[in-house]
Amino acid sequence: MSASPTDASPGKRAPTKRLMAPSVLFLLVWMIVPLAMTLYYSFQDYNLMMPDMRGFAGGLSYELLFTDPVFWDALLNTLLLVATCLLVTVVAGLALALLFNRTFVGRGIARTLAISPFFVMPVVTGLIWKYMLLDPVYGLFSWVMRSIGLEPVQWLSSYPLLSVVMMISWEWTPFALLILLTGLQSLPEDQLEAVRLDGANRWQEFRHIVLPHLGQVLYVVIMLESIFFLTSFAEIYATTSGGPGTATTNLPYYIYLSAFFQYDIGLSSAAAIGAVVLANIFAIFLIRFVAGNLNAGSQR
Amino acid sequence: MAIVELKNVAKRYDSMPGKKGAEHANAVEDFNLTTKDGEFVVLVGPSGCGKSTTMRMIAGLEHNTAGEIRINGQDVSSVEPRDRDIAMVFQSYALYPHMSVYHNMAFALELKKTPKEEVKQRVQEAARILDIEHLLDRKPRALSGGQRQRVALGRALVRQPQVFLMDEPLSNLDARLRVGMRAEITRLHRRLGVTTFYVTHDQTEAMTMGQRIVVMRDGRIQQVDTPYNLYERPVNRFVAGFIGTPSMNFLQADHHGDGLGGQGFSCPLGPRLQAALGEGGQRSSCWLGIRPEHLHQVEESSGRGRLEGVIEVIEPLGPVTMVQVRVGDTLVTAQLAAHLDVEIGDTLGLAFDPDQVHLFDIESDQALGLEPDSAASSTQATA
Repeated sequence: MSASPTDASPGKRAPTKRLMAPSVLFLLVWMIVPLAMTLYYSFQDYNLMMPDMRGFAGGLSYELLFTDPVFWDALLNTLLLVATCLLVTVVAGLALALLFNRTFVGRGIARTLAISPFFVMPVVTGLIWKYMLLDPVYGLFSWVMRSIGLEPVQWLSSYPLLSVVMMISWEWTPFALLILLTGLQSLPEDQLEAVRLDGANRWQEFRHIVLPHLGQVLYVVIMLESIFFLTSFAEIYATTSGGPGTATTNLPYYIYLSAFFQYDIGLSSAAAIGAVVLANIFAIFLIRFVAGNLNAGSQR
Repeated sequence: MAIVELKNVAKRYDSMPGKKGAEHANAVEDFNLTTKDGEFVVLVGPSGCGKSTTMRMIAGLEHNTAGEIRINGQDVSSVEPRDRDIAMVFQSYALYPHMSVYHNMAFALELKKTPKEEVKQRVQEAARILDIEHLLDRKPRALSGGQRQRVALGRALVRQPQVFLMDEPLSNLDARLRVGMRAEITRLHRRLGVTTFYVTHDQTEAMTMGQRIVVMRDGRIQQVDTPYNLYERPVNRFVAGFIGTPSMNFLQADHHGDGLGGQGFSCPLGPRLQAALGEGGQRSSCWLGIRPEHLHQVEESSGRGRLEGVIEVIEPLGPVTMVQVRVGDTLVTAQLAAHLDVEIGDTLGLAFDPDQVHLFDIESDQALGLEPDSAASSTQATA
């Protein structure tokens, strides 16, 4: 970083602002325009069934939104979904990463297989789970249940949110696994040896050396996954369609419903602004962490 | 404090396809050594000679595939590293990066649930000995190489273990710091009296620090002896060339009549050399080993060995000057006086005392004419 443009003498300073302008402009158009339009629509009385009857609605959409019990259900579902999926993917990902960090026969193949769910498209994931695994008649799970003499479970109707959590976790555990595994592989072997000689057992070794080493990596996994889980949509769309009732309606799905089932652009825009606020609460932590890391890195 | 015994210890790696060749399958072979209580033993040898592997076997980080390792009489082959009561200083220091210096040092004691007061007192004591009291709150990241080295030592010291293991602890320090720490570790050992194994590839470190030195090569012990004996009575050509800087010169000499000689050199045979040459049958040739410091620039004198050659390199070091002379097809190094009136290309005649030369068998490289006492103290190398 010795030759950054700002280090140059004033006379020869590179035209930083002008060079950055195109990308900044692009970002502005790309992000600010849709956001501004959403914000604008959220204050409009605008229903696609009656596109001619548009007008300023003030805070009506927000009033409707906050008094709509479905919105609060959706918000709760979103938070539940994010929290449980995070818990499952991080714990399972860490366990698998520890496993795959050891050497055993067939590790390469096992690792590839363990990572493959990540490369399946979300809609396909939904369909695989809906028809091949969870289906009460043809599904693998019900076959297993029947073959050990138990009544098959009607997953999608009896435990809809749990089913969605399983799908999303199945899809995202490989992501946590991948990142945590790279973290584990960057742990110097001699630190483990030192701690073993210092008298630590396996658990203490994990608790005092491995976990602190993974600290930053864990933070990144949690933050990135929260952002992704907030926007889960395809899995729900392909399986439960937000039901039964509102059991699996999360915020993105609520926005979708109000826009394309109620045709209420004003309401869905207001909900979208709510989602943006929620996403930003998560993003603040992420950005603060990344910035903190960059600072720490430059001090080193 | 402890007596460490290694009996016929060996380490054999299953040669994996695609990895190193079969010739590296035996990392250590037939290692026998018994330390005295509180002894400072240095393992020295070129890289890949098995010295680090041996140390890691003592630590329990590697399993010996044959033989047994005993600490105070107890076979530790199946004892976990954490239960061996051994502290190790790593070449990379291996400090815990997220812990302060204090916690790095206190960690082992805290794992053993030592009372807080005692932990504090022991860490303070070790920090005082190593002069790192002012660094206790810092993270390893904020320390210099030399300071990290001290913390690594302190971490081992605090535990008051039975055995210290040090794996090239000074090799990451700059030359000046290394000399200082060398003396400091020696002083520390004298003060604590803990049995210590020290691995290095630097023969100067070995000579200055070790009470006893184990010279290894290709997984085998070449000689186990005191620094003085290693220098004076090396058991083979490898040890002779490895110990001492600059290295001993070797000339292939033919035995004719009452002397040894070859192109550009000659050496009269006294009774000692005569007997050595006759050892195990008469031989017509041998290796003649002369240390650079035993070559002198003197006028003709009877009863001395002589060699003569063209000067190729002159290296003034200050107190002495190193001169490399082409004798036959061998380059001979001589350590001469500081002020020399010679130039590259000159022909230089040098003399040496026949009592100071070493003879080695031309085939086996084993030393000839070793006095019985040194032959006894050296181990299998001659077997």
